[in-house]
Amino acid sequence: MKTLRKKGRIQLLVVSAILLIIASVLIGYGFREGISYFRNPTQVLADMPGPDETFRVGGLVQPNSIQKNGDGSIGFEIGDLESSIGVVYTGILPDLFAEGQGAIALGNYVNGVFEATEILAKHDEKYMPKEIADTLREQGLFKPVGETSQ
Amino acid sequence: MITEIGHLSLILALLVSVLQIGVLGVGYAKNIFNWLYAGTLMAVVQFGFIGISFLSITWAFVNSDFSLTLVTNNSHTLKPLLYKISGVWGNHEGSMLLWVLVLSFFGFLLAVLQRQIPLKFKALVLFFQSAITLAFLSFILFTSNPFARLEFPPFNGYDLNPLLQDPGLAFHPPLLYLGYVGLSISFSFALAGLANGSINSAWASWVRPWTLLSWVCLTLGIALGSWWAYYELGWGGWWFWDPVENASFMPWLITTALLHSTLVLEKREQLAKWTVLLSILAFSLSLIGTFLVRSGIITSVHSFASDPTRGIYILAIMFLFTGGALVLYLLLGKKIRGGRVFSFWSRESALISNNLLLVISAMVVFIGTFWPLIIETIQGDKISVGPPYFNLTFTPFMIALSLLLPIGVSLAWKRGDIARALKSLIAPAILALVLAILILSIQTGMRMLGPVGLMLAVWVILGTLWELAGKVGIGKHSLGKSLRWLKLLPRTEYGKSMAHLGFGFTIIGIASITSWELEDIRVVRIGDVYQVGSYEFQLLDVKETRGPNYFAQVGEFEVIHDNSQVAVMLPEKRVYPVANSTTTEAAIDMGLLRDLYIVLGDFQGEDAWAVRTYIKPMVNWIWIGAFVMALGGCISLSSRLPVLQERKPRKAS
Repeated sequence: MKTLRKKGRIQLLVVSAILLIIASVLIGYGFREGISYFRNPTQVLADMPGPDETFRVGGLVQPNSIQKNGDGSIGFEIGDLESSIGVVYTGILPDLFAEGQGAIALGNYVNGVFEATEILAKHDEKYMPKEIADTLREQGLFKPVGETSQ
Repeated sequence: MITEIGHLSLILALLVSVLQIGVLGVGYAKNIFNWLYAGTLMAVVQFGFIGISFLSITWAFVNSDFSLTLVTNNSHTLKPLLYKISGVWGNHEGSMLLWVLVLSFFGFLLAVLQRQIPLKFKALVLFFQSAITLAFLSFILFTSNPFARLEFPPFNGYDLNPLLQDPGLAFHPPLLYLGYVGLSISFSFALAGLANGSINSAWASWVRPWTLLSWVCLTLGIALGSWWAYYELGWGGWWFWDPVENASFMPWLITTALLHSTLVLEKREQLAKWTVLLSILAFSLSLIGTFLVRSGIITSVHSFASDPTRGIYILAIMFLFTGGALVLYLLLGKKIRGGRVFSFWSRESALISNNLLLVISAMVVFIGTFWPLIIETIQGDKISVGPPYFNLTFTPFMIALSLLLPIGVSLAWKRGDIARALKSLIAPAILALVLAILILSIQTGMRMLGPVGLMLAVWVILGTLWELAGKVGIGKHSLGKSLRWLKLLPRTEYGKSMAHLGFGFTIIGIASITSWELEDIRVVRIGDVYQVGSYEFQLLDVKETRGPNYFAQVGEFEVIHDNSQVAVMLPEKRVYPVANSTTTEAAIDMGLLRDLYIVLGDFQGEDAWAVRTYIKPMVNWIWIGAFVMALGGCISLSSRLPVLQERKPRKAS
């Protein structure tokens, strides 16, 4: 009995160890594919990422910068309080996307333009993406949105 | 007046829970029957008070009592009644109130049901349950009081976020909460079992209905949320690996593991310690989920206005209960005795593999969800972990799980015969392989996920049916005899097979949509015809209309397939003037084999509109599968309800 139980325990340990190793390898590869950095426009201009790196850029959609290009693509400027960069996006914008509001774009920076594959706008009128709030806070000009009401 | 009563009864509920903890504690320590009995009954009183409190806040919403801050911020006189009511939990304070309501509801159920549990043990379970209720009641009263008043009530409210005005979302949070909070009972059972050293087959049979119930609610809640995201957000996606989605998914994975391990404990007195650990883990993860949603610490589409105090308070509750439970586990877990031995090829082993795979898959989701937080704390870099990570790390374990499932159910307890099990599954295996090759040869391009996914789905579905057929001897005996046997099968067998079939259905949906979805984005003028896949779409017109609390632009699309009209679809873009926000309402033509999905985008000038069109093969099977899984859970649960138990003649064999 004792030895049988011991044997079972060893089998269990071996199987778990193998699964954990597989999981670690997958996590390693997964991080390589799935992690994207967040930068604000000032950081993008200071240290330009290569065209192959997919990352997120976030800030405020600059007033009077949204333009429709006729082919369904949309161009706009996204900026923080110091600088702004141009973004091009093909697709349908989220409902709460608007000039003067916070937005995050996922994509690549190619030849001075950010080609976005995905746009996240803030999800409701009370909420600002944490990264954008942090950027504005770092630049010393944070006005809490919605937090005052509760 | 009514809201004052509500506020007062919430405070009384808190006092009752303090009293209850005291009475139960003393009663247990000194073994006084009357005290234990009284303490148990207090669960009923507590539920009553919290119920009154919840009803009164609902009353305030229905009657638009804008003297309450909560109602002002989240309601409006023009809102339809259903959304006035769902507005109660469409915000932070109200949803926490719903959370304690469910918490005390489960305490109440435990107090009045399950007479077979010895009073002393039941009292101990309720002792822990009441401690959780107390923690959350104090959280509500001290940091998020729903009864806070406005000094100068406005004439009207600020409306509820229009995205949340949807029947799917009206029921998504309550269901999810029933699931999350239901896990508190398994947690309390685990602590009580640890404290008096009785984790055994009887314990498993008492706790299993609760785990089943939580699991059913979690399954439905997650599916409903996913379905809501699919048809309401207009992004066409059904799962985003968003932190908050993960927060509900991790407890689901662990609870699924827990269901299977409780089975082993109940039938074979094995895995006692492991089951306790899973019970603790499952509820801890649902606390973490609450913390994630309520603290706004990770950017997520679900964040409400975030408040650091609340986050810290919930974090403290989480550490108190998770930490306390783990300490108790380390101190007292040694006392739990190990079970019987079993051979390598046995149902026990199969269920242990199921548990390992589910726990590891929950672990990779956990790491991906919390990695941004870890990196930001250590390095200060802001990163996000996207779907590619989760698809890569999570999928392999699900593939392994579905490969193992039919083999596992074919193995006998204690000592199974692997050769016989595999032999009995030759037919499903061949059918699944043939199907995969067939699909691989038909589809253009060499994507593997579709054929492999469908192969696994067919393997799981046929494997499940085969096992059921084998059990009643179809092919071996006359059909009449087999059918008679089928009737005599315990309901838990049906439940199990149903849940496994549902899992197969969900795989069909996920594999198909991941591999064969078609997406088309373009600018369309009124009158234009365009082609997506084998479907022809024409934009006939765009009209202006108005609804009860919004204005809308409605596109009219005619869809032609094989020269005949399939559907006229009406996607909308709505503007809610009160909330000052816009929503897109996708038009969806649903079908078992495919959904057509159109989103009307921005006006591009000169009769032209941005339009996004999708063809989504088999997408509904994702939710059908979830529903069937939940149904399986309900069938198993029904056999545990004493009211529904009929006396069955013993199987003659």
